[in-house]
Amino acid sequence: MTAVRPEAVAEDFLARRSFIELSARQRAAALLDAGTFRELLGPFDRMKSPWLLEQGVVPQSDDGVVIARGRIAARDAVVAAIEGAFQGGSVGEVSSAKIAGALELALEDCLRGRPVLAVLVLESGGVRLQEANLGLAGIAEIHAAIVALRPHVPVVGVIAGMVGCFGGMSLAAALCSQLIVTRQARLAMNGPEVIEQDAGIAEMDASDRAAVWQLIGGEQRYATGLADALVEDDVDAMREAVRRALAMPAAARSTEVERFQSRLALIDPAHPPEPRALRLAWSRSTA
Amino acid sequence: MEKLTFVYPARTVLASRAHVGVVASGDLEVLLEPADGRESRVTVTTSVDGFGVAWKSVLDRFFARFTAATEVEINDFGATPGLVMLRLEQAVEALQP
Repeated sequence: MTAVRPEAVAEDFLARRSFIELSARQRAAALLDAGTFRELLGPFDRMKSPWLLEQGVVPQSDDGVVIARGRIAARDAVVAAIEGAFQGGSVGEVSSAKIAGALELALEDCLRGRPVLAVLVLESGGVRLQEANLGLAGIAEIHAAIVALRPHVPVVGVIAGMVGCFGGMSLAAALCSQLIVTRQARLAMNGPEVIEQDAGIAEMDASDRAAVWQLIGGEQRYATGLADALVEDDVDAMREAVRRALAMPAAARSTEVERFQSRLALIDPAHPPEPRALRLAWSRSTA
Repeated sequence: MEKLTFVYPARTVLASRAHVGVVASGDLEVLLEPADGRESRVTVTTSVDGFGVAWKSVLDRFFARFTAATEVEINDFGATPGLVMLRLEQAVEALQP
């Protein structure tokens, strides 16, 4: 075993540029080739939620979603990045329409013989409760748009953290051709707070961060084959991972119904496995 | 939630616009755009009620130095006065030359 100098570990850590700490706009720009970032429906277009003000909630000028066209590895691309700091990255009528619209335009371009790669930077608590059914309908449109686009080009999902990806947007993540996560990411249908409130603290203690990440954290999701790449929280590592994912053949995990059914058959819901046991049962090598 | 508007006299013109910040907890976004005429108009939407005097002090100080005619939109989610001033100065810095 070779000894690792602690100084080397510290130097490596300090040399990193955090992807998690970037805003949605900075994340989109970081993923696109330098100088190619061009925002569609930016803050000055003021496509913001018409529903938040009426409910006494301060809106944001881009409704928390950044749509950017540009190039990735010199190929045309569109990035849709959700701003997790605004309303927990919740997706409402306008923000969902921006994402679905961007994917639908990419599909039109693909059908005209001009492929546009798609990257979704998902940081979302799910549907925006203040916009209820309109947000849910919009999320369904995002799902449909991903499924329609992915036979033509890979649709790559990124979950960096620290919000994570929940609710209807976790389904969007699962529909992506490729999904990239960090250790800090979380991916689940219901968030830990929701489960604690619904099923009691015996079922889940949302304040127990170690337990939460063991269950739904990026590392666990990668180890059990529910994500395709696990990367460090580093801009260069993320750029590299996205480029690699976009070069993969355009297949999608969610089309492998039989494989996932046989995986589910290994689990007895009456005696759910511990996170470590699940890693063995659903390990990447057997998957 | 509260909506506030402020008007300040202007002497110069602005050639570009800038957007900075996020409507995150304890933060705000600022949209700064050129305006016609000889005055600047500031529209503040803030999640915290009753701080009109604090907003006026921060903006008075900012417009004591900033002389261009602008349309400023602020969407605030409980930022401190210090952060508001920093974001305004950041917006001026972000104006494309």
